[in-house]
Parts: sequence; C-alpha cells; structure tokens
Amino acid sequence: MAIAFKQETFRDDFSYRNSPENIRRFPFPFDRDEYMYSVNMEPHVKGQKGTVFESLIDVDEHYIAEMHDRALVLKEDPLRYQALPHMMTAQWDTLELLMEEQAAGYPEHFTLIRNGDQWRWINRPLGIDDTFTFGDRATLPYEPLEYITRQAQGDFCIVDQRDGNLWMDAGMVTTQADWSLDFDIGMNFMEWHGPVPLAHQMGVFERALKFLLNLQQGKPTRRFNWTMTINPRLDTSPENYPKWGPDRATVTPENVGDKVHLRVEVQTLWRLPRSNAILFVIRCYLMNMNELVTVPKWARRFPRVLRTLPPELIDYKGLTRYRETTMDWLSKYDDGAPTSPGTFPD
Amino acid sequence: MSGGTEIPVRVTKVTMVADRIKRFRFERLDGRPMPYFSGGAHVIVSMNDNGHVRRNAYSLMSPPYDCSAYEISVLHVEDSRGGSSFMHEKVREGDEMRVSHPVNLFHPDWRGRKHLLIAGGIGITPFIAMMEQFSREGAHFELHYAIRTRDRGAYCEDLVASYGPHRVKIYCDAENNRIPVARLVDGQPLGTHLYVCGPTGMIDGVLKAGLEAGWPQQNLHCERFLSTPPGKPFTVKLTRTGKTIHVGHHESMLEAIEAAGVDAPYLCRGGACGQCETRVTACEGKLLHNDIYLSDEEKAAGQKVMLCVSRFEGAALHLDL
Repeated sequence: MAIAFKQETFRDDFSYRNSPENIRRFPFPFDRDEYMYSVNMEPHVKGQKGTVFESLIDVDEHYIAEMHDRALVLKEDPLRYQALPHMMTAQWDTLELLMEEQAAGYPEHFTLIRNGDQWRWINRPLGIDDTFTFGDRATLPYEPLEYITRQAQGDFCIVDQRDGNLWMDAGMVTTQADWSLDFDIGMNFMEWHGPVPLAHQMGVFERALKFLLNLQQGKPTRRFNWTMTINPRLDTSPENYPKWGPDRATVTPENVGDKVHLRVEVQTLWRLPRSNAILFVIRCYLMNMNELVTVPKWARRFPRVLRTLPPELIDYKGLTRYRETTMDWLSKYDDGAPTSPGTFPD
Repeated sequence: MSGGTEIPVRVTKVTMVADRIKRFRFERLDGRPMPYFSGGAHVIVSMNDNGHVRRNAYSLMSPPYDCSAYEISVLHVEDSRGGSSFMHEKVREGDEMRVSHPVNLFHPDWRGRKHLLIAGGIGITPFIAMMEQFSREGAHFELHYAIRTRDRGAYCEDLVASYGPHRVKIYCDAENNRIPVARLVDGQPLGTHLYVCGPTGMIDGVLKAGLEAGWPQQNLHCERFLSTPPGKPFTVKLTRTGKTIHVGHHESMLEAIEAAGVDAPYLCRGGACGQCETRVTACEGKLLHNDIYLSDEEKAAGQKVMLCVSRFEGAALHLDL
C-alpha cells in the first residue's frame, strides 16, 4: 500500500504532526511503568504489520519532509556528513543495504535493478532515477554514503572494527539528540560514550562492545534509546544549540501537549559484508504529548516512567526544566489503572 | 542455533589441489546467492558423521565478491580429531552440508598503505580471498608464502600467475629457501600492516621479529588455527540445565555439551572470539585454558572458561549453563 507522504516542517513553524495511523505504529519504548536502565538488545527481525518493524529499514509518512530537512542542514553545515578515506568499501556496503531494504519493503516507491556492476536506482517519492556503476565513485553525484543517506530516514554511522574496538569513521548525522559527528569522528566506542552517566559504572559498555565485536552478518540487532525534545525539531545538534537550547524554557502548562515531544531512537546495527564494518542506524521518531495521550496505555505509563527516572538521567537527557510541568499535565490522563505488559497499544 | 544462521549447501566440486589438500565448493540448495564477505573471513562447516555433528572453522578462499559459491581448502592433518579426516574421506560431490554465515576475525586494516602477507602451508587460504579483494580495490600488497615441499604447496603457480612474481614470492623448505623475516620487517614503508597465518611457531617468530624491529602492535595481525588439544577425559556439571557431561579424549567441551542437546554459544570454535565464554561456578582442579581470548589474569582467576578449546583436570567442574 502506498504511503501518503506529508508536507511539513521540523523548524520555523514546526508543522510536523503524526497521523492517527502513524501514532499507533510509534515505537513506544517502555515495557513497564518503572524506568529500567538496560542495554536492551534484541534481534532486528521483521515484526507485525502496522509497526515500525514491518520492514527492516522503515519508511513512513514523514520521509519526504525529513529528506528535505536533511538537505537544509547539509547546506548550512556540510560537515554533518564525513567519511574517512579507508571507509569507501563500507560506504558501498551501506548503499547496497539501504537500497535493497527500501526496495524490498516498499516496491511501489523504490526499485533497484542490478545487472552485474551496472545498477539502476529509482526513488519515486524524491523523483530520482539514476544509473551508476557499483564500486565506481565517479558515477554518482555524491560519495555513496552521502548519496544514499540523502534518501533514507535516520542518522547513519559506519564504525570500523580493528584492534578489538570500534571506530566512528564515517557518518551522516543531522537528526541527532545533542551529539556531533564532527566531534566524535575517529573516536573509539569507549571514547564516544564517555559522556553517558551511570552506564560506565555498570559495565554496560564493556558488555555492549564485546557483543558488537562479534555481531554477525545476516543477524542485525536493535535497541531503543529515548529522550525528549521541545518542538518537533530533528536537528538538535550541539552546533545549533543556540537555536534549540532556549526552547526548553518555553514550556508552560498550557503548551505541554503541543510543544513537548517524546523522542525515540530505534538503533539498528548491521555487520557489513565486504568491509566487515558495522552500520549503526539511529532512526528518530517524534510524537507530541497530545498525540501520546490518544493511546490510553501510554498516557498512564509515560508519567509513571518520568517519575522514576534517576536524577543523573534527568540531567543528562536535558529534561530538568520541563519534566515536572510535563508530569503534571500528563497526570490528568493517568487514572491509576494497571497497564498491560509490552509496549504496544491495547 | 547459538552459533548463527546456517546455510544449507551442496558440495558441487571436490578437487585434489596438492598432497593432502582438497578444495571443496559449496553452492546453496535454495539457489540464492551466497552472502558477500570480506577477505580473511571463515565459515563453520557442520559435518554429520553418522549422527555425530562436528563443526570446524575454515577460511573462505573464493573471491569475496563472487556469490555463486563458497570455496574452502582442507588439509588432512596427521593427528586429525575427525574433522579433516571426515572432509577428506567421507565428503563427496553432491553431498548436502551446512555452512555458517561468514565471520571475520582476521580482517584487513583498510587504513594500511601496504599489506604484507606472510603464509605458511595451509595458512595461505585466507590470503587468497584477501588478495582478490586488495587487487580489486587497488590496494598495495605483497605475499610471502612458505611451503614444505613443492607437491605440498597449494596454489603456488596460480598465485604467481595471477599477481606476478614481484608480488608473490614462494619459499620452499625442501630447497632450503626460508622467508627472510628479519629483512622483510625492516624494509617496509610507514603505514604497512603485516598479516601472518600458518603454524604456531611461524606466527610467534614473525610477530616477535616485527615487534623487535619497532612495529606498533596494532600493525601486526595473525590468525591461529587453534583446536582443542586432545587430553584426559573429564566430567563437567552444568548447573542451570542440571546435566552432567562426559568429555572424551578427542572431544571438545563444546562438542560434548552440544551432543547432550544443550545449545551453547559459539562463533569461531578456535579460542579467539570470546563468544563461548562461560562462568565457572565451582572448580576443584585445574582449568587448561588453551584459548587466546582471556587475559593471563583472567585465566589465573579461573572464573571464566572458553568451551571451545579448554579442558579440565581434577575432581569437579561446574559451569553456569
């Protein structure tokens, strides 16, 4: 079934909204009423229809608008895309993966025709029909990673594996929760996770690194991450902090429903075949509180989760200034009834 | 399956390539393409030996971008625990087998300005795929390949023909030709990465020469073919499943646990990747670690063990499985 793509903005007038169908497929990350810190890795396998796991690379109604916003970010700041020279094979691996998965999941919107090294890629929503030689950089208008990630929702990092560690050596990062590719490029797994509180003491990163070093081809894995964002802004980068930081002081009891967004990242990790690198996809989903409370289970659960959040995480996620106001607003929708297990709407 | 997804394949060709070395070609039963892989990767081949499942790791040697089939070469080792004997004596063209998805614990460092490859005997196999990839991607490489005798050296002529005598140098033990390791590691351009695969003594010698010549550890790479050394039979108790497992003289702990129907984790089955790390809950006796994954401190502490290559001597061993 063809997706009805929306025209909307993630800046200025912030016209981004979710349709009722899209709200029900939102990847709500909390499977219980208390907050639990965990690595929560699970196999990235296809899920039921009507969820974001219907395809392994999810395309939704915001596709065209997100790609437009990415182009605007890159125009202002080309360093949001970077790739070190030794990552070219991994770039082609990524191009193949994203084209194959988008074409497999959405044949009415994307088509890939492979004839040896001669490939033809048709992207109908963006009006692209290109023929190129796989492996020959000169036959594409951009480097392969930039080319394909201008046509795929989510941020993309490629990490190289060597010396028993993972290295952030390429990426397209324009929809990030306050971190910077330009700052992190070339860092290893422990270095780029340096700022995260609590988890280091729990040994979470040692375990996660060991797990990822043995990530297998054909067995992608996923986890959730989440934070909150004021206004539906995709580009909450450190580079643009002056643009979005002050938004956090604008939350009032009257505007919580519109302004405060739950921001969920579905992070997927894929072993790439030719390069042995790992593709790290960070796909961001935004939903405002008015939308969230249309699902009674989530309306009860989310304020309960916010109430049990450890102080270090409230601070790290940047929620300090508006968490109380948001909990007060949400509490109108929590009648105290028990919630069912799992994350999906009842 | 704890070891990963297996691909059902048919053996479509068996070729004797040198004394005691056979090449096997595997094509998918479902006719779909094999996954691409990176040079240096191996697969685990599952062999059904009259109901007894053996699983051995073999380096892939077919071109990494050729997804019509996978190829491996197997040396019939003299003190075979059964795997290489099975491959040589039982496997015929047309047989059905299973191979795992590729895993690479010997990947090239793509930053290398030059790749210096040093092979001994059957250790040539990962380099054959690696050179295909280097050559296709325009990377600078050089192979130094030591063989015992001309009739035991696989692929010598093919490799010289493909890449030229300036890039492939053969050293034959029987003709008193040895790889001049000290001279080689002394004369390399900055940014060279060295890769060695072959017998343990050779690997140790080359790594030592590199370090002595002032190479950074990170530029020296090796792949060791570890397998469980035979040893005294022992018994292990699995505390979670409540099973008591007997491990035979030629058997690995992992194999014995699998044969008892317990799904234990694994990837490389050669003591290198750490996937089969298991917690020791009680140990009255001595753990014979044999792996290259745990640090010396961890081995001494005796709280973890690698199921694939380690053994035990003593009164009682309990594992958290």
